[in-house]
Amino acid sequence: MTTYYSKDHEWISVEGDVATIGITNYAQEQLGDVVYVDLPEAGTELAQGDDAAVVESVKAASEVIAPLDGEVVESNEALADEPGKVNEDPEGAAWFIKLKVSNPEQLSELLDEAAYKAYVETL
Amino acid sequence: MADTVAESDLKQTPLHDLHEELGARMVAFAGYSMPVQYKAGIMSEHLHTRSQAGLFDVSHMGQAILVGPDHETTARALEALTPSNFVELKLGRQRYTVLLNDEGGIIDDLMVTRSVSADDDGRLMLVVNAGRKDIDYAHFRTRLPDNVRLEIVEDRALIAVQGPEAVAAVAAHAPKAADLAFMSASSMEFDSIDCHIARAGYTGEDGVEMSVPAGAAEPIARALLADDRVEPIGLGARDSLRLEAGLCLYGHDIDETTSPVEGGITFCMQKRRREEGGFPAAERIQEELRDGPGRLRVGLRIEGKAPAREGAEIALPDGPVIGMITSGGFAPTVGAPIAMGYVPTEHSELGTQLELIVRNRRLPAVVTDMLFVPNQYYRKPKS
Repeated sequence: MTTYYSKDHEWISVEGDVATIGITNYAQEQLGDVVYVDLPEAGTELAQGDDAAVVESVKAASEVIAPLDGEVVESNEALADEPGKVNEDPEGAAWFIKLKVSNPEQLSELLDEAAYKAYVETL
Repeated sequence: MADTVAESDLKQTPLHDLHEELGARMVAFAGYSMPVQYKAGIMSEHLHTRSQAGLFDVSHMGQAILVGPDHETTARALEALTPSNFVELKLGRQRYTVLLNDEGGIIDDLMVTRSVSADDDGRLMLVVNAGRKDIDYAHFRTRLPDNVRLEIVEDRALIAVQGPEAVAAVAAHAPKAADLAFMSASSMEFDSIDCHIARAGYTGEDGVEMSVPAGAAEPIARALLADDRVEPIGLGARDSLRLEAGLCLYGHDIDETTSPVEGGITFCMQKRRREEGGFPAAERIQEELRDGPGRLRVGLRIEGKAPAREGAEIALPDGPVIGMITSGGFAPTVGAPIAMGYVPTEHSELGTQLELIVRNRRLPAVVTDMLFVPNQYYRKPKS
């Protein structure tokens, strides 16, 4: 299993051809208290750059951008009842979607952990 | 999130350094660098204000004084621009009003206070919205008669303390604050600093707004924050608190295109003014009072958890779009999403089923009282 990061503050954990995607701890800190997460249904086809999900804090709604092309195979239904999990465990239990990756070469455009940490330092 | 104004071009309030010391996240708001939240976060700040007391820096708002030769002259000058009764406003009393344009739209909403002391009567103190200062002041300068002038107050900060423990916390330093009735104000000392304190606010809670010398703002804020009951609260929670209390945010819920009747704030129009008119677009506004306006601001409770925010369309169930949300979000005290917006008056009845269109989905919603949380304004015990 390899974990990648995007400059949109997502983590992408790849096992075989399935990528589990969520938002980083930095993103949840920036958002503040999450009150609602709108996730795509299984079967949704996403292209890199599409709006994949919406995460709403008290203050605002923010889009989560698909970091890769693929088909949604599962979304994390537990977040519907407990959106606050995104604040508590963003890089673990509060994953957003699992995506069947259709263009694995897009993974090379993503950052590794060290590069993402360095990127966050510049913000 | 992206600020279009460079950080260096933003004005700072006298509490700027304290905000940074307290770990605030600063954002651009109406040309000022302002705290949107502190370390505790919007949800916790909101709930703390409802359960204990919150301190808000509102120094970005405009403080000004209308100065005339006597109360009647100054009051009449303001009455020519607003639909409220100021002639009969008593010493030390405060009133909410709106500046009207010639079409009956709202240039700004503001608080007006008559000086408590008969010695400097003829002065009406104004607090206006930060983003409307320049427009309001220009409007006053154009419209005021020669014997009433606008004096802009630049050397004072404005601190709001709101919540069930707010007045007790302030009274520990300014004992006279405990004697103020709701919507009244007085000059008094806060730890021997001359302040002007009004019992009012923008959260639906009991509390005060304190106009203080800019140089004393930080020691006053520190003295209040040293009280365990008081926490600093940012603009984020200020917005969610006022939304729950059904209060308008200028530029969102009311603006130059909405009349005070459409906006549901006719409480700012006292009986004599409604009958006599004599304010801009009086004919239109009196007609709306008589026959009802074409549209009305309403409160909405949304089924489910998805918030509907400003700009979301309001539709009839399975039907056409009939209006727009002007403010909306998650309400921490209610524990659910709430909103307000404009609908044609025939669809404004409490209990009307409507739909809000959010990301191409229709969310069921019901028209409700805009007081989503009952207000806790102070009522003096009958003696």
